[in-house]
Amino acid sequence: MLSVNDINVYYGVIHALKGVSFHVKEGEIVSLIGANGAGKTTAMHTISGLLRSKTGDISFMGHNISKAEPHKIVRFGLAQVPEGRRVFSSLTVQENLEMGAFVSPAKNSREIADDLGLVFKRFPRLKERKRQQAGTLSGGEQQMLSIGRALMSRPKMLLLDEPSMGLSPILVQEIFGCIKEVSQSGTTVLLVEQNARMALSISNRAYVLETGKVILEGNSSDLLDNEQVRRAYLGA
Amino acid sequence: MDFTTHVINGLGLGSIYALVALGYSMVYGIVQLINFSHGDIIMVGGYSVYLVMSILGLPVWIAAPVAIIVCTLTGVIIERVAYHRLLVHNAARISLLITAMGVSIFLQNVFMLFFGSDPKAMPPLFTSTILKIGSLELASSTILNIITSVIMMSGLQLLVNKTKIGKAMQAASEDTEAAKLMGINTNSVIAITFAVGSALAAVGALLYSNTYPQVRPDMGNLLGLKAFVAAVFGGIGSIPGAMLGGYALGVAESLTKAYISTKLTDAVVFGILIIMLLVKPSGLMGKNKKEKV
Ligand SMILES: Nc1ncnc2c1ncn2[C@@H]1O[C@H](COP(=O)(O)OP(=O)(O)OP(=O)(O)O)[C@@H](O)[C@H]1O
Ligand SMILES: [Mg+2]
Repeated sequence: MLSVNDINVYYGVIHALKGVSFHVKEGEIVSLIGANGAGKTTAMHTISGLLRSKTGDISFMGHNISKAEPHKIVRFGLAQVPEGRRVFSSLTVQENLEMGAFVSPAKNSREIADDLGLVFKRFPRLKERKRQQAGTLSGGEQQMLSIGRALMSRPKMLLLDEPSMGLSPILVQEIFGCIKEVSQSGTTVLLVEQNARMALSISNRAYVLETGKVILEGNSSDLLDNEQVRRAYLGA
Repeated sequence: MDFTTHVINGLGLGSIYALVALGYSMVYGIVQLINFSHGDIIMVGGYSVYLVMSILGLPVWIAAPVAIIVCTLTGVIIERVAYHRLLVHNAARISLLITAMGVSIFLQNVFMLFFGSDPKAMPPLFTSTILKIGSLELASSTILNIITSVIMMSGLQLLVNKTKIGKAMQAASEDTEAAKLMGINTNSVIAITFAVGSALAAVGALLYSNTYPQVRPDMGNLLGLKAFVAAVFGGIGSIPGAMLGGYALGVAESLTKAYISTKLTDAVVFGILIIMLLVKPSGLMGKNKKEKV
């Protein structure tokens, strides 16, 4: 469904991704794990078109998206929940969700209202706060809003960049539960995490990124037992 | 003349500042660029009116739309030609700022080349009369300014808060990258912002030419600077702030002229800016930028 082939991404002279390749098949949850500065966010931004790779290409459902503009990529059905949530803090919760539906394939405002209802059902806390400014939400609520906002575009594939960042263990459980549900309802998921244990426990396959290179890949259950992964990422 | 009259006259002048200030504020809100060439859009609007009315001898109802169209196109072309590539490549803000100054100098010199540097007189757009409202005696142009600015600003509020493109403008001005991830084409949002800002400046230019019927290549300098002060005073990036700042500045100027000294008006205007920056650097309605987590 998504295939990233040998991409090289630079920030000026900094070579952030060095020939990275990975792929995600329809229906999978794939996680991308790695330490700070490994290049995970860079990879997500490149897929979404916010950054360009110098060489290599990225294809999504048969489209070559390596040169496509970010707003076109969203239309193909690829939505991202960015690192740090990035909600529109001066807009209300509901307005944020409506922004998420900016290029939704929904045919009319009724269908968008239905989608809104689905998000509110998934995250009742957002419904209670729908008229509240997003900037006043707690970190966990903002994360829910950011996920809800991405779902409003009816994505075929969802990219999540460190959704557990800064959340209490209970909220992490809740967010991961929600990611599983999203996956079960037919959306493919690419998950970036530093919380490797959580990520490996819900994903089918995983890639380990280290200083801009994929150093390991495999089934998540195998990686959980892998000596190298256990030492470097699972603290065991 | 009494106090109320001075205040209303100030609002009339402030209406022009407010219309021009909106362009500064909207553009700053979206691309964090202080568009120094924005003041020159007024000059472009002024010369459009001069050409259509004085040279071609056509009536105001042709001059007005021509000025608005010419200014809008000029704003959009400036963005495309001068700023676009810098924005796309995330150039340093200082490069943008210097480019904006360059555009301003370029525009003024082009008009100087074609029309000379001396001021050109032109007929007022509308015949002015004195209106008596109760004990107040007001120039019709003052009332026209105020009514026009209120209508334009209400329209802008509707555009920004009620339309899809307006919502996209809000989202892009808050977080451009996140807006892109929503599927918003931020390049067109930026172009539309320049277009709307320039159209409002054109309306400001029409009102200005009606009140002070002459044009010269550098007419945008002081007016643009004052409108910029109004935008900063109100809180740059904030639409209601720009309106409020414009009116406040106009009233301050009018009251200074009436009760202190005509010579001191500009000193007072910039003095107000300095005090505002010391007391509340984000301006009247400006939000202190919250740190993103
Ligand atoms: N805007 C930038 N300019 C220059 N270098 C950058 C920029 N953004 C990231 N980098 C560098 O690129 C490398 C990869 O960064 P990236 O943000 O992709 O890491 P990450 O894996 O997402 O880390 P984290 O887990 O901390 O979010 C790092 O060395 C970082 O310093
Ligand atoms: Mg990151």
